[in-house]
Formats: sequence, structure tokens, C-alpha cells
Amino acid sequence: MINLKPHRKNRLMLIFAMILGVSVAAWFGLKAFNENLMFFFSPSDVVEGKAPQDHLFRLGGMVVKGSVERPGDGMTVYFVLTDMAKEVKVKYTGILPDLFREGQGIVANGKLEQADLFVAQEVLAKHDENYMPPEVAGSLKTAELKGAKQ
Amino acid sequence: MIMKWLHKFSSPPYFYALSGKLIKWLSVLLVAFLAAGLYGGLVLAPADYQQGDSFRIIYVHVPAAWMSLFIYMVMAVSGTIALVWRIKLAEIVSVCSPPIGAGFTFLALVTGSIWGKPMWGTWWVWDARLTSELILLFLYLGLIGLYTAIEDKRTASRSVAILALVGVVNIPIIHYSVEWWNTLHQGPTVTKFDKPSIHIDMLIPLLNMAIAFKLYFAIALLMRSRNELLQREQNGRWVEEVLEGK
Repeated sequence: MINLKPHRKNRLMLIFAMILGVSVAAWFGLKAFNENLMFFFSPSDVVEGKAPQDHLFRLGGMVVKGSVERPGDGMTVYFVLTDMAKEVKVKYTGILPDLFREGQGIVANGKLEQADLFVAQEVLAKHDENYMPPEVAGSLKTAELKGAKQ
Repeated sequence: MIMKWLHKFSSPPYFYALSGKLIKWLSVLLVAFLAAGLYGGLVLAPADYQQGDSFRIIYVHVPAAWMSLFIYMVMAVSGTIALVWRIKLAEIVSVCSPPIGAGFTFLALVTGSIWGKPMWGTWWVWDARLTSELILLFLYLGLIGLYTAIEDKRTASRSVAILALVGVVNIPIIHYSVEWWNTLHQGPTVTKFDKPSIHIDMLIPLLNMAIAFKLYFAIALLMRSRNELLQREQNGRWVEEVLEGK
């Protein structure tokens, strides 16, 4: 370890103390606003009644495979969102983003109309952190299917 | 031994002469890595299974975002050295970094926005990742403003170093924002302990681009530092000698 002269050591200590202080303050601040920093509620939050009942909020989850229905004019879509624990049905009228598909993570902004129907005004797609060429994705899928069959 | 070398390196005339040579070599490397990264990313890398060719903006967005954090850390470390040891060169490095950092942060935000529109369906959302990165941009702009607002350069450098150290708390917040909170932005692909979740053919150009961006930062930083050094030492004998081309 390098020998520090006392006045330099003091300055270094002061700097560490300052960073520590700011970190603690930031931690308290973020802790207090934790709820507001959550970008969306999960279907479990909605089922458990943690989500707001009377105003707009965002609901995030995965579109359940085979749940997308387009009754009537084709602009209105019904689908079910899941967080692998609970499910919530969503209704949306409008244009969906390119990445919207079954099995895709999405975030919908809207309101609970009934206890079990979420009416969305806006639907955003959430893509995951995986990047691969289509061939690899295809072979992964076939491997998965083979695994499921056996 | 190392301390001795550091001491020599931080002497202004020596630094000025050495950095002049370094810039040339770094520029050659920059061209090589940038060419390899761009060709690899835009031509060789396969299209993504979900996003098709649109994912290629990753080759600018991700290295720029990494740089925005990396430059902040460079600034904080050199700022600490400047405050504790009062080394002139460390002061100069920490005050020359914010404009470059602000540039990369802006680039990361803009490319992210352009990427977000077709994929997420929106230009901007106030989720934790995007908001904390925007705060980083404001921090950089604040540091630039603070430095230019104070007349005495040495007092200004110390104030910049202190403000930079206050803002350092934002760096882990940006990095972990996608894990601590629900965000629209996805989790980390490369900067995690697991195996990167990106195909190797896509990863190599990305790393090339990241190195190219780092080289660009090194070159820009050296150029700015040389300039700042000449200005600060304008009455020194070595500056006279340099300007007379001796």
C-alpha cells in the first residue's frame, strides 16, 4: 500500500465519506419512491388487488399462447396476459407494435373495467435480451419440441 | 518504479510529447476496429430472429451507452486523484471528459429512441433505465456548465471533481435499473456474469465497435487535454519551445 501523507489521507477519507453519504441518501430516496419507479404492475398484483382500481396504470406480462382473439371488425383484440402465476384478460382497439405476438412480453397502459378485464389504450412490446439468427432460434425450437415429445 | 513512471508521465512537457505520438497510433487502431466492427455488424452478422435487420442499431446504441458510463468512471477516478494529490494532469483529464461523455450519452438516448419506436411502439417512456440515463446527460451538461462558470481554472476543476463524485451514485443505478425495477428496457445481454445471450457472430462485431468507441474516446480525450494543457501553461517555457517547433 502506498504511504499517504496525512492531509491527503484526510481528503481521501472525506471523498469516501461524501460518496457513502450520497449513496445512503439515494438509497432512502429510491426506497421511498419504489412504487413509482416500477414501470408496470404484474397480473398477480391485479388479481391480489394491489393495482389501482380507478385510474390508469400499466400492466406487464407475457401474451398467453393461443389466447389472441379478434372478434368483429378486426381492430379490437382480446388477449390474456400472464406472469406465469396469475392471468388477466386484456381488450385493446388499435394498431399493435411489430413485435406483438403470442409468447411475447408486452406492457399495456389502461384501466380495469371490471375486476377481470383490463382495457388498454396503448400497447408496447417488450423485447428480451436474446439476440440470435433465425436458424438458431428455429433449431432451439425444434430441440424444445423434441424434448417435449420424449 | 510505477510511481516514478507515473510522476514522469504526469509532467506536462513529457505528456505533451508522448500524447502527440500516441494519437497517431491510436487513430490507426481506431480506423481498423471501426472498419471491422461496422463491416461485421452491418454486413456479416446475421439478422435477428425477432427484430430482423432493425437490431443492427445495437452496434451504435450499446457501445455508446457503455461509453457514457465508462467515461463517467474515468472522470470520477481522475477527479479523485486531482482532489487528493492535486496533480494537474488528473484535473485536466477530469474536466476534458464531460463534453465527450455528454456526446455519447446523447447518442445512446437518440439511437435508443429510434430503436424503441419500431420495436416497443414508442419513442420514449419514463421507465427507470431511460430516466436514469437522461439524468446522466443532465449531469454531464451540469459539469460542463459548472466548469465554464468559474473563472479560476483550478478552483473550477476541483468543483467539477466534487460534483462528478456526487453524481457517481447514478452509475450503479443506471446499470442495475433493469434488475431492481420493472422496466420496458430489457435486462443486460453482455454485461452480466452468465454467458452473453447474444449469438457469437453478432457479439464479435459488437465488441469490435466497443473497442473502436473506447479508442475514439482516448483520442478525443488526449486532443482536448493537450489543448487545455497548452492554455493553462501558456506562460511556461516548455510551451514556448513547443510552439516554436523546437
